Amino acid sequence: MNEIILAAAIIGLMGVIFGIGLSAAAKIFHVQEDERIARVRALLPGANCGACGYPGCDGLAAAIVGGTADATACPVSGAEFGELLGEILGVQTIKTERKTARVLCNGKCTASREKYYYRGINDCAAAAQIFGGHKACKYGCLGQGSCVRVCPFDAIVIIDGVATVLQDKCRSCGLCIEACPKKLIELIPVSRNFSVLCRSKDKGPLTKKNCDFGCIGCTKCVKICPSGAISMEGAPLAKIDPGKCINCGECTKVCPTTAIRQVGTFCN
Amino acid sequence: MIEQIVTSFLAAILIENFVLVRFLGICPFLGVSKKLETAGGMGIAVIFVMAIASAFTWLIQKYILEFFNVEYLQTIVFILVIAALVQFVEMVIKKTSRALYNALGVYLPLITTNCAILAVCIINIQKGFDIINAVLYGTFAGMGFTLALVLFAGIRERMDLFSSIPENLKGFPISLISASLVSLAFLGFQGLIK
Repeated sequence: MNEIILAAAIIGLMGVIFGIGLSAAAKIFHVQEDERIARVRALLPGANCGACGYPGCDGLAAAIVGGTADATACPVSGAEFGELLGEILGVQTIKTERKTARVLCNGKCTASREKYYYRGINDCAAAAQIFGGHKACKYGCLGQGSCVRVCPFDAIVIIDGVATVLQDKCRSCGLCIEACPKKLIELIPVSRNFSVLCRSKDKGPLTKKNCDFGCIGCTKCVKICPSGAISMEGAPLAKIDPGKCINCGECTKVCPTTAIRQVGTFCN
Repeated sequence: MIEQIVTSFLAAILIENFVLVRFLGICPFLGVSKKLETAGGMGIAVIFVMAIASAFTWLIQKYILEFFNVEYLQTIVFILVIAALVQFVEMVIKKTSRALYNALGVYLPLITTNCAILAVCIINIQKGFDIINAVLYGTFAGMGFTLALVLFAGIRERMDLFSSIPENLKGFPISLISASLVSLAFLGFQGLIK
């Protein structure tokens, strides 16, 4: 028993001494930092996701105050960050609209066909290596949740075999875009509610065979769009340019396969 | 005395190189060997911490652990001491020499819990060094670490520029393969000293 008490006492005592010593040293060797760094740091989300390219939020805060990065460097922080930053630094900042990630596939279990039954490890990249994935459509979401695991904000869920972004949680850091082997995820301004939820470059009949909700390239939406925001991407696949889209929703009315959908705050 | 120092120097750097022969500190070895510049910064930080940690842990071992007959607490106490020490040194450097602080940068806190540092301190005790030899051995071990890191960073920089690496070997696989080849080369130093 004495042994245990002695060991605990020695380590405890050393811990206390080091603790007191360090806090005393922190006082003695205190260095006057630029106080703006701490204030900018408090504004940043603090998830240390690394999407800005700096070593964590501390690194970015120092870079912003140092003048090597601007208000748009943090893709996670929205417009309000830019305004508050402007107050701290005393400069005008450019307003940016908050973006959200969006998974451009709606090939749910019930809507899409499968080539084979996948029973490998839960990883999209692994699934994609076996004949391009178990989905009949080689462009579709594999639903193994690689994006779910990289998301630092818990903003992605797998619903019915397809990854779905919860837009009110998404801070558009872009980590899921890197993680998706099918490159299905894009950053889109939150206010643009309409997207073609399909990335299949296959010809119409093949897309139709593989999935009920695929874009078959009928170009009806291109013709009806009043602002000319929809175009064909050199393949039978429509694409909405978020810069030109006016959110009118005409395209959803004519789409024969319901590939174009309105995506609300909570996706789908 | 000089002969002993030279022997210890050769042993720590080439024959028992911490990374390539003892396989300690592999994490920073692979993590910060992408660029020569960062590898150099990390190396200097490691030399620095190893030398200071050797001295302090030697004192702790002699005057606290052996005094109370609690040598079995070595591992946990050394980790505690090294962590506190590195924190303290970081504060002092930040106050006294801003240039050195910027040069060591993020690497100083990173290596606090590195196994190579702990290993140096424990080997010092196991080999029964006195305090001068312990500090020298720590410094030399850090130099060996730096040598391995800088060599490997050079290899990786060249590999990125000039080699066409097969797609499925890019990144970590090729790093591990080349690290093993460098390690194999260092095996050639075995038997340099009888």
